[in-house]
Amino acid sequence: MAKKKKVKAVLMQGNEAISYGALAAGVNFFGGYPITPSTEVAEIMARELPKRGGKFIQMEDEIASIASVVGASLAGAKAMTATSGPGFSLMQEGIGFAKMIEAPCVVVNVMRGGPSTGLPTDPSQSDIMQARWGSHGDAPAIALYPDSVLESYELTIRAVNLAEKYRTCVTLFSDACLGHMREPVVLPDLSQVKIIHRIQPTLPPEWYKHYPENPKYISPLASFGEGYRFHVTGLAHDAHGFPTTRPDEVARMMDNLRNKIVHHTDDLVQVEAIAMEDARIAIFAAGITARAAKKVVVALRAKGKKVGLLRPLTIWPFPDELVKQYLSDVKGIIVPELNQGQLSLELKRVLGHRKTRKIVEVQKNTGELITPQEIINAMKEVH
Amino acid sequence: MKKIPQKQIHKYLRHNKSFPHVWCPGCSNGIVLGGVIRAIDEMGYEKDSVAMISGIGCSSRMPVYVDFNTAHTLHGRAIPHATGVKMFKPELNVCVITGDGDATAIGGNHLIHAARRNIDITVILINNNIYGMTGGQYSPTTPAGAKATTMPYGNIDNTFDICDLAIGAGATFVARTTAYHAMEIQNYVRMGFEHKGFSLIEVIAACPVIFGRLNKRGDASSMMRTMKEESKPLAVFEALPDEEKEKFYPRGVLVNIDKPEYTEKYANLVASLQKKEEAE
Amino acid sequence: MEKMYKEIRLSGSGGQGLITAGIILANAACIEGINVTQTQSYGAASRGGASRADVIVSSEDIYYPEAQYFDILLCLTQESCDKFVSNLKEGGSLIIDTTFVKNYPVVQADVYDLPFTQIASDKLGSVLPTNILSLAFTVRTSKVVSESALKEAIIKSMKPAYLDLNLNAMKLGFKLADSFLEVE
Repeated sequence: MAKKKKVKAVLMQGNEAISYGALAAGVNFFGGYPITPSTEVAEIMARELPKRGGKFIQMEDEIASIASVVGASLAGAKAMTATSGPGFSLMQEGIGFAKMIEAPCVVVNVMRGGPSTGLPTDPSQSDIMQARWGSHGDAPAIALYPDSVLESYELTIRAVNLAEKYRTCVTLFSDACLGHMREPVVLPDLSQVKIIHRIQPTLPPEWYKHYPENPKYISPLASFGEGYRFHVTGLAHDAHGFPTTRPDEVARMMDNLRNKIVHHTDDLVQVEAIAMEDARIAIFAAGITARAAKKVVVALRAKGKKVGLLRPLTIWPFPDELVKQYLSDVKGIIVPELNQGQLSLELKRVLGHRKTRKIVEVQKNTGELITPQEIINAMKEVH
Repeated sequence: MKKIPQKQIHKYLRHNKSFPHVWCPGCSNGIVLGGVIRAIDEMGYEKDSVAMISGIGCSSRMPVYVDFNTAHTLHGRAIPHATGVKMFKPELNVCVITGDGDATAIGGNHLIHAARRNIDITVILINNNIYGMTGGQYSPTTPAGAKATTMPYGNIDNTFDICDLAIGAGATFVARTTAYHAMEIQNYVRMGFEHKGFSLIEVIAACPVIFGRLNKRGDASSMMRTMKEESKPLAVFEALPDEEKEKFYPRGVLVNIDKPEYTEKYANLVASLQKKEEAE
Repeated sequence: MEKMYKEIRLSGSGGQGLITAGIILANAACIEGINVTQTQSYGAASRGGASRADVIVSSEDIYYPEAQYFDILLCLTQESCDKFVSNLKEGGSLIIDTTFVKNYPVVQADVYDLPFTQIASDKLGSVLPTNILSLAFTVRTSKVVSESALKEAIIKSMKPAYLDLNLNAMKLGFKLADSFLEVE
């Protein structure tokens, strides 16, 4: 038998992993604008895409970046951009447009301290709500947040897949710490990685409708130049994409936008539960903050304390059902996050108030990480 | 210039869904639409090969009426959307329909950078000197002293000369005409399509219902007459004595130069990198 | 395998190459198949301002990626020494560049004080490889990674034009460590 060659780990940075994940997922267009701490993604894409026949363009600002991404997506590209808080703010109108016209694309937000210019080189998790409510109007969001370099790679592929599958703009979160952090990773064999491409229409152009009439099913998506000559508009539109103000048609459009997410939460939502089976105190943390939480769980379990961690990999849609399932009956929940309570607001919405359960918030927005000790200290508030 | 029969236009319209159109009686947009379609017909483009992208405003409603690959995007953002389309599928013939507010106020940054980049997009900019769709606010091209709902005492703001702006930013084909000169629209738009690189065709247009009414410019036909009288062919304009030049503006091809085009340069880069990889 | 867990902080100011040194150290650990995380903190300036790189090496999974209580602390500026020395573990190693660090802290740790920048300037003709010089010194005194892995990581990270200079810096760093250990 041939000796199996041991795959060697390579040291990789979070932002690098995002770039290589995107390339593995088939991203072939990147339009971006430099911003700390996301810039490495643009730099790697600028270097790698032309080698592979893909397209990279540095636009004049983030508004133009997301516009170029949506334009390329209309032309059939797997399109992506990467930014941080200030750029994410500027991109909101374009993200809303991408959702409205159901153009698949991915926006990477490597979060840094805010508001405004804030702390450009320091980590934060304060764009959680912006990813959900940042654009005007109602439209559900899909947002993912890894907690390691390897997972940055994996969730980037997943973000691109979900964008293609659900025909929407997906946010991939990282943060200044995770984006610049280096860890050894063994990248999965590409033949084992599932890659999703948008469904190409096969029916004759005169029968083609650009928008699905039933959100339960993901409908084919044509691209410019393929004979389908469809129209997209940011105006409320009918199934063909033509503007309408007819309440029945507007209702169908709005329901579609919502239900294609709501009806597929099982497919969209991912959480990691560590030592939750018998946990009396649970930590609910995402992204880089979950790394401190994991250290706490391992350290306290070693001392026999019944502590667990629930970590959402999918931030939006919020994992309502899994949160209820895992966290309804614990005595205390510690919610550490690098903001002023964005995840805990959702958590409280889902769990409501219960006398026998205490939710302790640990918040920091100084550009520093929450330390394991700070999480342990917060547990003292649970009696 | 080829004479295109009027009924030929119907080949390019979306009759099934999108009419009646939103434009007011006397609006110049329809004339420009006719000119653009005739230019496309003259070019012999397949409908599938044309992408028409617009922003927001009266003129930006144009794409919905035509049977191409069409996108009615965000206010000011038509050009960067078109840039994405063109970058990813350079084989498409990409044009942008935009207005004075859309392209030079909210979208001014995108306009100058696309011109600088010299990406092969044909921009048809319909300049009616006003924000028509929102009811008559002043734009970067509203003339000095002219009234607008947000300049109720007459415009005290300075104006852009759109063609100068495009030329200054590096556009490699720039032409100006008016809605009165319908055949020139066809001609210049066709030349814009033929031109490899960023091209901008400014069409001075009449908005009789908003701008005309606010400024007592008369009805549509008298505004058309004004266009005829105030614009001069470039050669005629240049021969005018300086004091006369104040009263007129030039029509014609103002710039037409050859310069490497962006998507071609990018394609060359891709080819050279792939050759290098093969060699290794 | 024996259980091992070490937190290393390389600190100084922007332009001293500490983040590069951190990446090289992490790469060396990766080459050896040790678990490692490398994080960093830096200001807006490419030159000047506080800068630090953290490397954690462990035989187990590493969760929290920032160094908090250092087994090894390298300080190339007075400011970084003042700021971080209080979190040096008892019995840890403090390595300070006396070119810039003039006020010595009192610590219950092994202190290695050498004018690294001055030595680089005098012996190597450039202050640029101070990071590799002090990193090699750190590696030989602490044995945190193997020297062959360090060399491999340096070769992997450096542009060919700078490789010889940095390999010389590495050798000099080792030599300095030897003479320091002898004296002790």
